[in-house]
Amino acid sequence: MDRHRPALSVPRAVRVGGGVVAAGFVGAFFVWPVATILARGLSASVLRDTVTNRGIVSVAWFTAWQAAASTALTLLAGLPITYVLARHRFPGRRVVDALVTVPFVLPTVVVGTAFLALLPDSWHQTVGAILLAHVFFNVAVVVRTVGTFWGRLDRGLEEAARTLGAGRWQVARSVTLPLLRPALLAAASIVFLFTFTSYGVVTVLGGPRHPTIEVELFRRAVLLGDLPVASALALLQLLTVGTVLVWWTHAQQRIAVPLRSRPDLRPCGTARRRMVVAGIVVTTSLALGAPVVALVLRSFRGRTGPTLAGWRAVGPDGWDALATSLQFAVAAAVIATVVGVAAAFSIASGGRWGRFLDSGLMLPLGTSAVTLGFGLLITFDDPPLDLRASVVIVPIAHALVGIPFVVRAVLPAVRAIDPGLGEAAATLGAGPWRRFRAIEFALARRPILAGLGFCFAVSLGEFGATSFLTRTGNTTLPVAIARAVGRPGDLSASRGAALSTMLLVVTATVVLLVDRLQPEERSW
Amino acid sequence: MTLDVRDVTVSFGGRTVLDAIDLSVETGEIVAVLGPSGSGKSTLLRVVAGLITPDRGRVAWDDRDLTSVPTHLRRIGVVFQDEQLFPHLDVAANIGFGLRMARRPRRAVAQRVAELLGLVGLAGFERRSTGSLSGGEAKRVALARSLAPEPVVLLLDEPLTGLDRDLHDRLATETARILRAAGTTALLVTHDHEEADAVADRIVDIRTLGRQADQ
Repeated sequence: MDRHRPALSVPRAVRVGGGVVAAGFVGAFFVWPVATILARGLSASVLRDTVTNRGIVSVAWFTAWQAAASTALTLLAGLPITYVLARHRFPGRRVVDALVTVPFVLPTVVVGTAFLALLPDSWHQTVGAILLAHVFFNVAVVVRTVGTFWGRLDRGLEEAARTLGAGRWQVARSVTLPLLRPALLAAASIVFLFTFTSYGVVTVLGGPRHPTIEVELFRRAVLLGDLPVASALALLQLLTVGTVLVWWTHAQQRIAVPLRSRPDLRPCGTARRRMVVAGIVVTTSLALGAPVVALVLRSFRGRTGPTLAGWRAVGPDGWDALATSLQFAVAAAVIATVVGVAAAFSIASGGRWGRFLDSGLMLPLGTSAVTLGFGLLITFDDPPLDLRASVVIVPIAHALVGIPFVVRAVLPAVRAIDPGLGEAAATLGAGPWRRFRAIEFALARRPILAGLGFCFAVSLGEFGATSFLTRTGNTTLPVAIARAVGRPGDLSASRGAALSTMLLVVTATVVLLVDRLQPEERSW
Repeated sequence: MTLDVRDVTVSFGGRTVLDAIDLSVETGEIVAVLGPSGSGKSTLLRVVAGLITPDRGRVAWDDRDLTSVPTHLRRIGVVFQDEQLFPHLDVAANIGFGLRMARRPRRAVAQRVAELLGLVGLAGFERRSTGSLSGGEAKRVALARSLAPEPVVLLLDEPLTGLDRDLHDRLATETARILRAAGTTALLVTHDHEEADAVADRIVDIRTLGRQADQ
């Protein structure tokens, strides 16, 4: 039998052109800005001034320890529900599984505002509030990363340990945890990365009292105009993120445990086990639901009781911000989808050059949005390319964040296309372009739409890069929220909650629509 | 002393897999339970090991009812069909696992591991990773691991299935030798008559043990 499997054949224009477009976009709007940061920050005197500045050293120290503490707390809070979802079948399991993911897709400023609404005033601008919000936001990472692995871990190993005399805790300590270690490390790295580069949550909850590197970078660059030190901070950020990413890749590669192809779910069994499972499910659901409920209620509450004052205060500015956000989101989603889809087809058909493009396109994902925004700000501030005053810079920044998601959504679908289909179409008389349209593009349509929708949602909530690039007149909703909750006064807080509720509703709607596009798991 | 299985009944989702099974194994005896695949052989072993609670019936050792004793306190060892060697531990740590659970001193563990590796013909394999073992070597390590904590009864689930003919025959004789040398009471389930002949003192057909047999 002929086992030869030809490479996916797409028109040359798509393969080469797509690669050039994608590489050009990322080169111009990511590589160049990062190079600019390097050029400005990589000076001996600037670096020396930065690392000897007591204020900056304490900011860096705070950034690191709050990230470490957030990571530890997230693992602690996430493991019980991860265990329950990975191993048990119970009524409502799918709903709980979906709900746990919700916080992760919420915009960061919405999460921050929700915790302002939930926590008493004495908690505002405290480290405790920041840590709680980080845990809320990242529990989904633990459930997804560790849960997928845990569910497919062969129970036989644990049973074998029991027959050798290991009690419940001994099994957990000497078999389950060591086997989960690579997944735990991977989850911890991602959570550390997210919380180390946390900006929206810290801006809203920490205020000026607890700045992280990101917040300090914004203050230096935008408020003080101290570009050299800001560049040095961005450099520090890039370095840390790079190190953690290398560590993460390493952890991923050490997953060498035999896994089942499907999760092994079983009923809860004994009454005691049912109680434990129910307890964990209810506690987690309440903890994850409370901030969202508190946010919505806060938007209808004032100092003296229930009121619509917060919603009335939204005003033309608020509605304009929503309109601006929606327009930017459309533009960003279109740019990211065009570039991402072009890249995906180019990668799938492009051999070694394709793999290079693949890793290159992932870089923006590993860079903090603040660094991205700052890089764009200092790169495109001179003629002939003075884009700072132009509205296109914001959607471009959002698209940069969205492209990796489009590529990740589309590439597996494109790779799964049997090249034989194109060959069959050719024997039926279809030319290269006709084949591309009728076969390859048609088969990847759903993931392309999903990627488009996801970028739309990401753009709606993007705050880090936007805060550097917004000019008056094109304020986005997240920026308007941060401004509202940054102002003193009860009405301003109600207004912030109302704006956040708007963003919450729009984002949730988009994410739900995207979720319906995901292919159902098929059983043959 | 006797391992006593009385009236054990298990159903999964309405299908009765074991129907009122009775079986006794005397100390030092090696009994093989024969049956085609799907006849509930593995389920029977899992009930004896305490990995499944039967819907009805009891398992006893030396007249002590074990039915509600958790697996790890039963002192019943199992050689699993797919070995289930711990991938994160080397050969020595796999074999010493049960001894560590029993909190035996480190030196005693090392000594017993070396002794068992000698018994199964793998002397010097301590530091090997489980991934580097051949099929036959993995079976021997699994056997050594289950023997290490000196279980009162050893259960073997299709221990030689999946090996090539030559290795299968050699290991069958060897397993019989190892079990006798260790003086172990053993219950083996298999679909392979020759394997049962080579290893066991007594062979019973699972279909003669349950309710159907009476009708």
